[in-house]
Amino acid sequence: MEILDMEKQEFTITVYTENQVGLLHRITTIFTKRKINLESLTTSESEIEGIHRFTIAVTETEEQVIKVVKQIEKQVEVLKADYYKKKEVVQQELALYKIATETLTNGIEIERIVREHNARFLTIEREFVVIEKAGYKRETKALFDELEPYGIKEFVRSGRIAVARQQFGPGKEIEALLQTNSPSL
Amino acid sequence: MASIDLQPTENKSPSHQTTITGAEAVVQSLIQEGVDIAFGYPGGAIMPVYDALYDYQDRLHHVLARHEQGAIHAAQGYARASGKVGVCLATSGPGATNLITGIADAQIDSTPLVCITGQVPSHLLGSDAFQETDVIGISMPVTKWNYQVTKAEEIPLAIAKAFYIARSGRPGPVLIDITKDAQFQQLDFHYEKCSSIRSYREEPAIDIDQIEAAANAINEAERPYVLFGQGIILAEAEQEFKIFVEQGNLPAAWTILGLSAMETSHPLNVGMLGMHGNYGPNLLTNECDVLIAVGMRFDDRVTGDLEKYAKQAKVIHLEIDPAEINKNVFAHIPVMGNAKKTLPLLTQRLQKKDRSEWVAQFAECDRLEHEKVIQEELHPTKDILTMGEVIHILNEKTGGDAIIVTDVGQHQMVACRYAEFVQSKSNITSGGLGTMGFGLPAALGAALGAPNRTVVCVVGDGGLQMTIQELATVYQTQAKVKVLLLNNEFLGMVRQWQQLFFDKRYSSTEMINPDFQLLAKGFRMPTNQVTHRDQLDQALTEFIETDGAYFLEVMVGKENNVFPMIPSGSGVAEIRLD
Repeated sequence: MEILDMEKQEFTITVYTENQVGLLHRITTIFTKRKINLESLTTSESEIEGIHRFTIAVTETEEQVIKVVKQIEKQVEVLKADYYKKKEVVQQELALYKIATETLTNGIEIERIVREHNARFLTIEREFVVIEKAGYKRETKALFDELEPYGIKEFVRSGRIAVARQQFGPGKEIEALLQTNSPSL
Repeated sequence: MASIDLQPTENKSPSHQTTITGAEAVVQSLIQEGVDIAFGYPGGAIMPVYDALYDYQDRLHHVLARHEQGAIHAAQGYARASGKVGVCLATSGPGATNLITGIADAQIDSTPLVCITGQVPSHLLGSDAFQETDVIGISMPVTKWNYQVTKAEEIPLAIAKAFYIARSGRPGPVLIDITKDAQFQQLDFHYEKCSSIRSYREEPAIDIDQIEAAANAINEAERPYVLFGQGIILAEAEQEFKIFVEQGNLPAAWTILGLSAMETSHPLNVGMLGMHGNYGPNLLTNECDVLIAVGMRFDDRVTGDLEKYAKQAKVIHLEIDPAEINKNVFAHIPVMGNAKKTLPLLTQRLQKKDRSEWVAQFAECDRLEHEKVIQEELHPTKDILTMGEVIHILNEKTGGDAIIVTDVGQHQMVACRYAEFVQSKSNITSGGLGTMGFGLPAALGAALGAPNRTVVCVVGDGGLQMTIQELATVYQTQAKVKVLLLNNEFLGMVRQWQQLFFDKRYSSTEMINPDFQLLAKGFRMPTNQVTHRDQLDQALTEFIETDGAYFLEVMVGKENNVFPMIPSGSGVAEIRLD
């Protein structure tokens, strides 16, 4: 019998789909039915023309993730669903921090922090500046903690995006499926 | 939404193009799919379709139910009895939401349905218009697929996809929601059946290594044991299954949805699984060395406590739906694919082996169950009538060759336990969802789907009152539905649990009932009531021999219990005979 780690851990689920209204709801209900919290969900285009991709971050047991992935893949408009452990993906999140412009004019501290964190100024307006930082959650959090004493007016972090740590992603297998005749609605 | 691609994909259709309305396209598409009967209820947003139906009455018969829930359960009964896709029509808003219970029932019991709902005109979508409901959103978790049509030109393609998805692979319900303006619009009608969808695989590819591994395990087994479910019936693999179990001399037990896939009298048919199933099939689950599950999904009512379920056995799981593998019970050897194809491949590799000693263990359990439960249930020594004796005499009258449709509760368990079957697709019941009110409308659908067969609806006084209005539909259609009401003036199964697990606190389970004889007469049915044993035989003879619908009420013991029983949360081996 295969032994699965019963501890909850971080997983990234990728789902390649047709571009269909309502599919987001169909996929999220598979999680809500099992009371699994979606830490983040990003929809985007994929490397294949016309095929969309969901990138979902969850913390769950592997056994539960396997069951969910099978239920997702069963949906008519889903071409392929896969899951990855943390070390099996290259992942990134993007964070934006808005602070008052005057905190910048009161010294060089902010510029130093931005430089040290490999962040950058996205825009500098008369009243506010926006700093952008890409990285793991702990990295964007670290920048947040350093900027917080200066007053963060607004903060947002994107969902996780990730690609598989291997030469080809799931797209390779999907290309074959796309050869099938299919009426498109 | 992607743009529509009307380029033919294969098999250029012979149908020539004509300009018609979307509503007429709905009807013509149904006819192209071979639909000759649909169940439904009209209303504002679906009126153009009903108007179109008026011109096609000779080719597509519409059954007017008395409630949309009745319509969809009838479509389910039709699908289960005929093996075809059931079709159901309803209007927007309440019409559509009234379908949801039936859709959920069809989803969990893998019944192929195409539901077509009307929707408010597309320019009103999202405006909380009169009778607007987001039926796509509401039905999404309980449909295999659903789709909203807002342009007439999408109708033929959407319906073609709907039928293909509903009936292929593991079947299920599909819903198409059509805005009223799309029903009025004109389109160039051209119909082409759908035979593939690039993102959808009907069934997994067969892996011969898995077949070999399964065959080896069975050949080496001393005590192999087969559990079969509705997968056999849906795959129409009854014959392949019979040859398989005969080749290996494999004792085989059924889930309530698998019932009738193998004739009751077959020596290797050892009986019913689950909470109220037979003693041997449950107890010996924990004695077998190889457990072979065919087209079943290890429902918790079958397995009881999973921690105490068949832990000693090597599990082989023949299954069409990959998501069922390892969902509840770990499969040491999964055999993916359609049972009609995998079973013969497995049979070819099976050695003939004498397993009479093992099979005799089931017979020994059966003897014990007879002594403790069955004898008194079928041949009671007390005056009070039992449900079991009614079913037992019913078997004599039908020769086991009737379609038995049940509702949900004690009578359902008793009917499944004691009804006899000689052919498949003869047991129609709400298994996964346990929907009270399913029985009567499903029996109506079954009678219309299998017009040459005797259809008996075994129902309790609780469930009957949930959809009793469909007796009017029975009268209007002149469907030959025989209603056998087993009246114990209680919600019997809940009462049984209250007796056993809630200290006899009969909270809201006693029913002060209407006069069912008068009610049935009001619905213009021939009726009879049995209150004493000496009336029963003659009453059942008349019930079966009368040509047409009939309403027979049998007053059974108010506080009789169904045994054996696996208490909720217990293991299969903890089955109680009393």
